[in-house]
Amino acid sequence: MTKLIPFFSILYKDMRNYYLKPPNISWGIVFPVAWTLMFFVRSESPVDLQQLLPGVVALSILFGTTSMLAVTITFERRSRSFERLLLAPFSVHYLMLAKTSGAILFGVLNALVPVILACLFSGLELLEIRWGVLVPAVVLISISSTFLGLMIAVSVREVFEAQTFSNFFRFPMVFLCGLFIPVQQLPVLLRPLSYMLPLTYGVDALRTATHGVGMLPVAASFTILIAFCAVLFAISIRNVSRNWVY
Amino acid sequence: MQACMSNIEANELVKRYADFTAVKGISFNVRQGEIFGLLGPNGAGKTSIINMLIGLARIDGGEVHCGGLTYTQQVDGRVQTLMGVVPDESNLYDEMTGLDNLVFCGALYSMAKPARIQRAQELIRLVGLTDHEDRLFRSYSRGMKRKLTIAAALMHRPNILFLDETTTGLDVASAREIRSLIQDLNAAGTTVFLTTHYIEEAEQLCHRVAFLVGGRIVRTGTVTDLLRFDGGRTVVQLALNQNAAQAARALTAAIPDTEVEVLDETTVRVYGGERMNLIPYLTVLERFDQQVFEAKVLKPSLEDVFLQETGLTTAAMRSTNGGGRRST
Repeated sequence: MTKLIPFFSILYKDMRNYYLKPPNISWGIVFPVAWTLMFFVRSESPVDLQQLLPGVVALSILFGTTSMLAVTITFERRSRSFERLLLAPFSVHYLMLAKTSGAILFGVLNALVPVILACLFSGLELLEIRWGVLVPAVVLISISSTFLGLMIAVSVREVFEAQTFSNFFRFPMVFLCGLFIPVQQLPVLLRPLSYMLPLTYGVDALRTATHGVGMLPVAASFTILIAFCAVLFAISIRNVSRNWVY
Repeated sequence: MQACMSNIEANELVKRYADFTAVKGISFNVRQGEIFGLLGPNGAGKTSIINMLIGLARIDGGEVHCGGLTYTQQVDGRVQTLMGVVPDESNLYDEMTGLDNLVFCGALYSMAKPARIQRAQELIRLVGLTDHEDRLFRSYSRGMKRKLTIAAALMHRPNILFLDETTTGLDVASAREIRSLIQDLNAAGTTVFLTTHYIEEAEQLCHRVAFLVGGRIVRTGTVTDLLRFDGGRTVVQLALNQNAAQAARALTAAIPDTEVEVLDETTVRVYGGERMNLIPYLTVLERFDQQVFEAKVLKPSLEDVFLQETGLTTAAMRSTNGGGRRST
């Protein structure tokens, strides 16, 4: 039990110092609301909004987690307070799991905003949602997006570099992962790129949760997402061990 | 067992950064309960050595024995529980209060909440920040930040405290307070490993000092031993009333094995054995109608020894404090 003290202390410290600060709370709410409203204005019927829900949920998580992690990790490294964590008697794996747990939670909370809005404004019935698929899909998208953010954060030195590098991944994902344009409708040449991005599988699982149909079986999407999480985490740990311990 | 756990023994440590070798196969040991200082100019490799010992830098060659464990590449987590580290820059969290910072540092070492709160308050008192414990760390002065950083390193009651250039950039009063704190901690049984480029600090604090230049240790010893660098010779400076050159010739002729250096028209420096009897010198000078107004025994400072041993110039050690021989 005492082994969990550092984990929860790091999580609590990050929540208090970063995630629960008013600007970040508002970012966590305003950003998904903005995405939802943007598509609500463009849509011609409530049904359209329901169609867009998986994409908006995935986008909210992706932007929320990667933005936060770029700040918390890169900023702490810059101020050298991260060294204090590296000197503590636990492994880099443990440390990185503790550091990312806050961002994962933040991502899950971000996902709730468009779901609630969809229920309120599009007539989406809570009972229509397959919660058994939606919850693990949201969690897995949060984890994979957070680990993507982690990989980016540990590859750069400055916060602005992290933000710029994040966009290198995030914006292509908006168009390639089937958020608003189904992958099957993308040009043939672009489709392989779509299948190389974790969000494609997350959105597919979300679509199954909200509409009952997806491109792949849910189990396959989840398995691929878990594999992405493992690879991204392994790359991040390797980068930290290689570049942060000189 | 305790004595064994606190010792550090470094054998042939090497640190490379691409083509540049910052630490070139150095060996030393730190004994239980002592203050061991690594003294060298900027860029000598001090921080690289400390980072290898604490686990912030990979060891490219050699090995370290600490706490009954040996590591050759990366420090072991079990060893890290024995170590407290105070880096060259305070690295606590700006957005947390002084007390919260310490409590958080205790949590990193799995201390239970009541124990870490109690320990944090105890340390806040020790470093004299009781009135400031609820202030944000960012509002602290540089000296206060450094004190709290030392307190943070002590949260888990480490056996060995690593201090990297701890007083660099501090005002005189703060630096003095920190040195006094280090001495108190050592008196209470904490082994201290410090790096500094302030010669006076090393002389004041350390039981043993290693001179580090260009990634190599050129000499290690107790301060007393190092100060006997002239082979235990005594140096006496005499202020005369006239013609120092003539007095020097007279002394050299009358007293065998005497070395005399003329400093100016009325001052000479006489180099003698470890215990020097001044009467024969004064007798010779009296015979030549010399009056001796002042006789000062000069002791070498650690800076003299350092410069002699390392071959560096005073300019190269420009950033160091004090200098020259001290008179008594």
